Amino acid sequence: MTPSLDLAFQALADPTRRAMVERLSLGPASVSELAQPFAMSLPAVVQHLAMLEASGLVTSQKVGRVRTCRMEPAVMSLAEQWINQRRTAWEARLDRLGEHLRLYPDGEPQ
Amino acid sequence: MTAHSIAHGVFTIERTYPGVTPQRVFDAFATESGKAAWFSGPDGKWQLLERVFDFRVGGRERQKGRWVSGGVTLFDALYFDIVPGARIVYAYDMWHEDRKLSVSLATLEFEAVAGGTRFKLCEQGAFLDGYDDAGSREHGTNELMDRMEASLQA
Repeated sequence: MTPSLDLAFQALADPTRRAMVERLSLGPASVSELAQPFAMSLPAVVQHLAMLEASGLVTSQKVGRVRTCRMEPAVMSLAEQWINQRRTAWEARLDRLGEHLRLYPDGEPQ
Repeated sequence: MTAHSIAHGVFTIERTYPGVTPQRVFDAFATESGKAAWFSGPDGKWQLLERVFDFRVGGRERQKGRWVSGGVTLFDALYFDIVPGARIVYAYDMWHEDRKLSVSLATLEFEAVAGGTRFKLCEQGAFLDGYDDAGSREHGTNELMDRMEASLQA
C-alpha cells in the first residue's frame, strides 16, 4: 500500500499503539503476545492492530492459527524524514533568532 | 508511490527566549530588518535574489535565494492572522527551481513567561510529489547541512 504520513501519525497518536510499535521494534510478535501486557479485550487489541496495519507501520501474516505481526520500517522513516527536514530548518533559524535577540534585546539595531 | 503523491506531517517547536518581551520577539518576525537578521540563508552560502515583505493580514512575503550548493529556492507566504505581540498565522508554499515542494500552514505564538518569552511554532504541511525523488531530497538535505553548519558556527 502507499504509505501515508496522515495515517501513520494518527496511528502513533495513541499510547497503546505506540507501546505495540515499541514492542514490534524489538522483533515480530504474535497477536496474543502483543495483547499480553494490556488490560483490554482481544477484539480491542485487534482493532488497534488494524489501525497500525492501515497506516502501513505494521504488517501481519497468518500461518496456521497464529497471526504474526512485524514492523514496516519504510513508513516510519518517511514520516521521520518529513518532520526532520522541516524541524531542522526551523531549529537552525530559531538558533539564529535567539542569538539576534541576545545581541539586541531592546529592539532592532538602527 | 504514484507520480502524484502527498505526504502530510505536523510538528511543533517550543523555545524560551530569556530577557526579552513577547513584543520584542514578535518584532523579529514583523519587521523586514528584524527578520532579515535570522530568517535568510546563511552568509556566504546563500545569495538573496528577491525579497517581498508585506506584513499585514492578506499581505505577501516572498524570499527567493540561490544556494552555493546549487539551486534556487522560493518561500512564498500569505498572512492570515496577526495579533500584535501575540500571534501570527500564515500559509506558504516552498519551491525548488520550478517545482512546488510543499504547502504548509504555520502558527506562531508569543507568550510572556517569568524572565522572558515562550515561543511556540506549529507547522502542518503537505509535502507534494517527488518525495521519492532521491535527487531532490539529497539537495534539500545539503541545504539543511549548510544551515546546520552555519548555526553551529553562530
